[in-house]
Amino acid sequence: MKFFLKCDDAAHVCDKTQYKEAGLFDKLMLKIHLLMCKLCRGYAKRNTKLTKTIQSADIKTLCPEEKERLKTRLQDEIENGYNS
Amino acid sequence: MELLKPDQWVDKYADYLYNYTIVRVNDHIVAQDLISETFLAGLKSKNNFKGEASERTWLISILKRKIIDYYRKINSKKGKAEVHISYRDEDSEGDWLEENAADPYDRTAEDTMENKELGLAILECLDKLPEKQAAIFKMKTVENFDTEAICKEYDITPSNLWVIIHRARKSMVECLEKNWFN
Repeated sequence: MKFFLKCDDAAHVCDKTQYKEAGLFDKLMLKIHLLMCKLCRGYAKRNTKLTKTIQSADIKTLCPEEKERLKTRLQDEIENGYNS
Repeated sequence: MELLKPDQWVDKYADYLYNYTIVRVNDHIVAQDLISETFLAGLKSKNNFKGEASERTWLISILKRKIIDYYRKINSKKGKAEVHISYRDEDSEGDWLEENAADPYDRTAEDTMENKELGLAILECLDKLPEKQAAIFKMKTVENFDTEAICKEYDITPSNLWVIIHRARKSMVECLEKNWFN
């Protein structure tokens, strides 16, 4: 088992952490890597900020059914337009 | 010259228009109707599109007029100077003056407004990513689908997904740093 993460792997774990999908061991490895690697510290900081920013924006999306309804209506109109 | 792509409008702009609208009309159904009307109006007047603005900006300009029309309509229905005060219970009647005065520490309205602007900025950045990347990032980050569901939907492996997410996150950070954080 390799003990030290490479930067690519660290970034991967860091990404997973943003979605709470990183395991405990991975997170520990990431912490150790961040202690040693300034570049990845920078990435981790910006990455976390992105997560917080998106969460705080509380973006609303239309649900798939609502989008489907909009699409159907628009599609009908497009076809009618071409026929007339 | 076919600059507009109405068949892609819903996928590309519906969420953006929705976020723009909901903060202004504060009603889910009304917002949906206004968006639908906007798309139909856009379709009708698509020959007026000169390509000077982006498709999204052009749709927003139509939507703005729809929102104004909506307020005109409800205002003409209502009595001109009606004021509605709802009391939570009978006992609190008479306390209304103090109760209804604006609370200077309650910044929720402004906060909401700022959040919505932020939401639009995020969606604008998302719009700059390659289409599939944007769709997957949005599903994962905004709509909180789990990895498995997205992989199934797009027929990709989890490691594909994480590569896509990684690229998207990097571009999103750069875009937001340029357009929002400073």
